[in-house]
Amino acid sequence: MASTPHLDPASAPIIAPGHTFSSVTDKIASIVLARRTPLHWFLGFTIAFSVAQLVLLTIVRLLFWGIGSWGVTVPIGWGFDIINFVWWIGIGHAGTLISAILLLLKQEWRTSINRFAEAMTLFAVVCAAQYPLFHTGRPWIAAYWLLPYPNTMGLWPNFRSPLIWDVFAVTTYASVSAVFWYVGLIPDFATLRDRAKNKLMAMVYGIGSMGWRGSARHWHNYESAYLLLAGLATPLVVSVHTVVSFDFAVGVLPGWHATIFPPYFVAGAIYAGFAMVLTLAIPLRAWYGLKDFITDRHLDNMAKVMLATGLIVAYGYAMEAFFAWYSASSWEIFMIRNRMFGPYGHMYWALILCNVVAPNTLWVPRLRHSHAWLFFISLVVSVGMWLERYVIIVTSLHRDFLPSSWGMYQGTVWDWSFFIGTIGLFVTLLYLFVRFLPAISMFEMKTILPGARVEEHHS
Amino acid sequence: MSALYGLMAEFHDPKAVVEATEAARMAGYRQMDAYSPYPIEALSEALALPKSHVATICLGGGIAGLVAGYGLQYWSSVIEYPMNIGGRPFHSWVAFIPPAYETTILFAAFSAVLGMLALNGLPQPYHPVFNVPAFAGASRDKFFLCIEAGDPLFDAEKTRAFLASQPGVADVAEVQP
Repeated sequence: MASTPHLDPASAPIIAPGHTFSSVTDKIASIVLARRTPLHWFLGFTIAFSVAQLVLLTIVRLLFWGIGSWGVTVPIGWGFDIINFVWWIGIGHAGTLISAILLLLKQEWRTSINRFAEAMTLFAVVCAAQYPLFHTGRPWIAAYWLLPYPNTMGLWPNFRSPLIWDVFAVTTYASVSAVFWYVGLIPDFATLRDRAKNKLMAMVYGIGSMGWRGSARHWHNYESAYLLLAGLATPLVVSVHTVVSFDFAVGVLPGWHATIFPPYFVAGAIYAGFAMVLTLAIPLRAWYGLKDFITDRHLDNMAKVMLATGLIVAYGYAMEAFFAWYSASSWEIFMIRNRMFGPYGHMYWALILCNVVAPNTLWVPRLRHSHAWLFFISLVVSVGMWLERYVIIVTSLHRDFLPSSWGMYQGTVWDWSFFIGTIGLFVTLLYLFVRFLPAISMFEMKTILPGARVEEHHS
Repeated sequence: MSALYGLMAEFHDPKAVVEATEAARMAGYRQMDAYSPYPIEALSEALALPKSHVATICLGGGIAGLVAGYGLQYWSSVIEYPMNIGGRPFHSWVAFIPPAYETTILFAAFSAVLGMLALNGLPQPYHPVFNVPAFAGASRDKFFLCIEAGDPLFDAEKTRAFLASQPGVADVAEVQP
């Protein structure tokens, strides 16, 4: 496929021709069952795992010193912890979109990317969870004001607070994503069990497979459950970032208190998530020789989704500015002017450059089909989405209604170490995933092969 | 011979296994199962499987989740720990919607998955079909039809002949219990 760039990727098949049930199984399973781990895996894993240690280091420092080691202060009480939380949670959304919404819409091309996109979702949620867990510096206190359980103090959470809604949304999202992912893995665990060369691996994968044997009676219930999970994950994923946006929109602060926040956040999440899927898919298909399965058409489709959601996000930015003007509220007008031309103006314009200007180059087919450019743009969008959260959170807080309480905010070295550490953690988990689990769903790939479908005829 | 679990025919083509399954049902066999590396809808039709109950279980779970989520909020905010927060009513039903929505989805999803596993009798570490060496192919590229000895029509000789006569059959093996 890659050798024929003159072909239009939009009409190319979603799986390279010539593949059979056995070749698909062998190709995908061989990455996991290979005895020798490739050298580049060790190299990448070592770097990522070393960077991930920053998380531990930061947490130890945090528990000894408290949140004084961070840059948060009055009036900016929400800093990197919430910026990074929203950024990570947003990235996760593309995984659920691909696995659930595109399944319901019968977009068959999703089949080869859903497994690792779901893995990405889970790992992004793991990274996101670190911030709310540790943002008080005293995580053991979080238990009773976040989780409703009968405690000796007789306290219960305040369910009128969006922060509690967030706890319910994110924990549900993490649990349902994990279950969805595992259910998809059961038949593939069975394949790995049957193909494992040594006893220990056969046993481990056998436990994961729960004794799956591919019975038609089992598939019958399985398909029903899988479809239901997709149907449940779809409203769930939309609700998660909606609730995240409520953390802001329910507040009275100019720059936060906007009705456009839920759809604008959901679109931003999908945008950031597709950027991350592309960031991962482009090297993955090259390193593991998966270009037959993750074809140029997949990259083209993902680029288009990214462009479309990017335009929705751009509309969100335009509406924020419009609402500020149309509201005729001096606080709102001040906020948007301060955001654009105040002390953080450079970050606002960097965000516009990354999220609005850069992705529009994807209209040009030549640029969209260039993998190097697509990879670069997906990184730019990830940076842009981080800047977006920074701008929304910091510029709204730092100059509120009362000029005497204005202030400035900057992340400290410990803020950055926590953030960079979670990136290391994310990459570490991905490396482990690619080595030990099938990165592409084998059984679902078989369903899209020519000759897989049997027409029903009633006799 | 009566100790057999059943007889298993191997196919290399999804169409062949669907046709053989249909033929077996036409011949009057009921206690049988087909095995494939990926879900084949026509195979469920050929076995005349009744509608799956997973959806009903999922609906029950969802309703339970809604009641549990809303009930928890009502009980803790109105009965157990009533607090005046910003003058909002104890029963702030609008604010209680998002958590109840999430618990509905949570319970529905888990009941769909646990229900599916329970209906399938999983986890099940041992099953006689694994005694057939070629069965390892069922998770790769092979298709199987197993007529079980418990079927009233089962006869070691006749059933074997029946399976062997199916078009596209690659092998017929005995399944030890």
